Amino acid sequence: MTTENLQQNKKASNQRQIITGIVLLLIGLLMFVLFVRNTQAGQQATFGMNLSNDAGTIVIPDLVLPVQQSLYALITIVVFLAGWQLARGIRSMGLLVGVVSFAFVASFLIWATKDQAFNLVGMMSSSLISATPIALAALCGVISERAAVVNIAIEGIMLLSAEAAVVSATVSHNLWFGLFIAILTGGLIAGVHAILVIRFKVDQIVSGVAINIFGTGATSFISSRYLEKHIDTLNNSGTFQNISIPLLSKIPILGPVFFQNNIVVYLMIILVVAIHILLFYTPWGLRTRAVGEHPKAADTLGINVYLMRYVNVIIGGMIAGLGGAYFTIGSVGRFDQDMTAGKGFIGLAAMIFGNWNPIGAFSSSLIFGFADSIQVKMQILGINIPSEFLQMAPYIVTMIVLTGLIGRAVMPAADGTPYEK
Amino acid sequence: MTDNEVKETTEKKKSEAGEKHGSGLIDNLLVPVLAVLTGLIIGGIVIAISNDASITAWGHFFQDPIAAFKASWDAIATGYGALFSGSLGKPANMIAGIQQYMATGDSKAMLKSFYPITESLVTATPYIFAGLAVALGFKGGLFNIGAEGQFYIGALASAYVGYSIIGMPWFFHLPLAILAGAAAGGVWGMIPGILKAKFGAHEVVNTIMMNYVAFRLSDWLLSGPMKSSGFRPVTPTIEASAELPRFFPDPLRFNWGFPLALAVAALVYWFLFKTTFGFEIRAVGANPDAAKYSGMSVVRNIILIMTLSGALAGLAGAAQVLGTDHWVGQGFSAGYGFDSIALALLGKSNPIGVVLAALLFGVLRSGATSMQSLAGIPIHIISIIQGLVIIFVAAPAIIRGIYHIRIGSADETVLTRGWGK
Repeated sequence: MTTENLQQNKKASNQRQIITGIVLLLIGLLMFVLFVRNTQAGQQATFGMNLSNDAGTIVIPDLVLPVQQSLYALITIVVFLAGWQLARGIRSMGLLVGVVSFAFVASFLIWATKDQAFNLVGMMSSSLISATPIALAALCGVISERAAVVNIAIEGIMLLSAEAAVVSATVSHNLWFGLFIAILTGGLIAGVHAILVIRFKVDQIVSGVAINIFGTGATSFISSRYLEKHIDTLNNSGTFQNISIPLLSKIPILGPVFFQNNIVVYLMIILVVAIHILLFYTPWGLRTRAVGEHPKAADTLGINVYLMRYVNVIIGGMIAGLGGAYFTIGSVGRFDQDMTAGKGFIGLAAMIFGNWNPIGAFSSSLIFGFADSIQVKMQILGINIPSEFLQMAPYIVTMIVLTGLIGRAVMPAADGTPYEK
Repeated sequence: MTDNEVKETTEKKKSEAGEKHGSGLIDNLLVPVLAVLTGLIIGGIVIAISNDASITAWGHFFQDPIAAFKASWDAIATGYGALFSGSLGKPANMIAGIQQYMATGDSKAMLKSFYPITESLVTATPYIFAGLAVALGFKGGLFNIGAEGQFYIGALASAYVGYSIIGMPWFFHLPLAILAGAAAGGVWGMIPGILKAKFGAHEVVNTIMMNYVAFRLSDWLLSGPMKSSGFRPVTPTIEASAELPRFFPDPLRFNWGFPLALAVAALVYWFLFKTTFGFEIRAVGANPDAAKYSGMSVVRNIILIMTLSGALAGLAGAAQVLGTDHWVGQGFSAGYGFDSIALALLGKSNPIGVVLAALLFGVLRSGATSMQSLAGIPIHIISIIQGLVIIFVAAPAIIRGIYHIRIGSADETVLTRGWGK
């Protein structure tokens, strides 16, 4: 790299630093205009800290916050960060985005709850549940794309495994068997994608689109030909019961949110941690990243590029298969046509927003899950923002992140390109 | 890229072009035709497997093997018979209808006999526009997955102009409504174009995100600002002055949209192959670096391609509203935007090929309805066939393997380069 290049890079990062700072200031201003101006002094917001049905959890008092003071405190944090960013630059972009989104969401909630009561823990719990399929889709994306294979077939994979799960669980009267079949189906379909793009070098997007169209068609075909006519014998599996983890589930706030869920949610959390460790602290992870960044160099060092890609895409598919199982045997116990409703694509957005990083992808899934589950609560609080606009937010945020003006989306260098020896 | 490398690439391109020329028209047609044929054969197998009588007969295979094959054949023949009679009509009925009209002046039977084939053309109309949209993107090296969203936005804009302006003469109103659709779709395509050209954000991700923004926006518009007075979330019916005139009395919906689509296809052909703009687009698509070094503006061309592509997809929505439906409701598109990717691939991104592919899909789609009602085969079988056709077109090696034929592989175009560059 020449000095000129270095200078250019420095200039670009300076520019980015200033733009990010200005955007943060704007967010602070937005918080003031949107929230503070619509409140009066002396208003209070009450947040419920207990789930009504959580047996055994230690009950703690509700959180009562003075609205205006809390909002000013949160705005101060954002403005302080903006000033810091403009003056010195903040190194950890993930932390910055995390704190600012937290401040924005918190001030929104405080404003929305003025003079009312709102069950915060219930909200957190339902956000985590909504985030589960998104996070699994995002993990599938992370694993494939870290090995440079773009997988936009996640939507189709999840639909097919959702249906496979419910049918096999209903027929065998065993939810675990359904879960196994779902994971198997996910792996198989991802295997087809892998063969098409690695062996036949089909354009990765085209293959993904084809699998999505096929998946939608095949699941709807089976659904209207068989499932709708034989609901009890084919499409009525029941769902996994929530498992309370001893002791941990009794911790206030954390207990009801994290430790009173069904198996799919637990598996998701375990996978997030496991994939993070595997990807960044094991030889397999190093190889995967090498194959995704510079396959030729990896090949020279004796890594089997094709094999790594096959393995990663198929493991990714199995994770997406688990995500598919969530829709049926993990939540409602039956299959409906097109029930994934774009969650696979939101997962893709979460992966980008989380910078191709398991923990990041999980955190963004939580934000997207929050946007998904807040709609219901907003109606209860009587707020008249059309829920459609909240649902748009994840997509718009992803597009903004991709511009690279705020933060930086660094994808694996060889992402999406087939490898030729 | 050094001069030497540029020279090398151009020489490689030249030799590839030479090979392509030598392989001739037949090779270019052979893969798509065999892909469709294979798709239909597998579709037939699915029909046979999902047919009760056929399955029962196979259960008695060892007693009566011929009956098993016969039952399967019957199922397939009934299914595809219903498909093609439902989309092309029956010649005998047509002749009888015309004779009756000549003899008595009663046109009812004649119109009824021509209903299926005109309905296929009606279905093909938005397919032609949307297929051209994706094909134009491919020619310019860009993958527009957002045709679905652009279709929606175009349709909504056309519908708005169509119903909100009252009392305008048709020769102003109709062109205005058509232009509104094209402009709205164009804007929806331009945004990812700008993001790609200025920030390097990949158009695939951004067009997917724009799709979902469009879906949510249309949900909101249809349930609020653009909702008609009734209960259902649909727009009011457009004024007669904004309708694309129909050629025949009801129930035939065949209208000026179809000739317009053919004219636009001719225009796109002329634009791509006979104008400087078109040459630049193809140059940018074939090799952006070479185009840049020869003084073409890659940035401008990317924005131009995405805008035109979006405008074409918007026209698809406009034609559907102004010619066929006369109002917009939820779930209005039925996947035209995604199917159009299949069309562009099947038509080898050539406007003539796209028109042919669109006619085929029009026939399949409109025939599927009568296949569902007459033979009890769910309409989704078409999506299964489409997914397979895309895979076969995109991976000619599979077709070569199945039929043991040698087809020149020189015309396999690179559709996307990487995910983020």
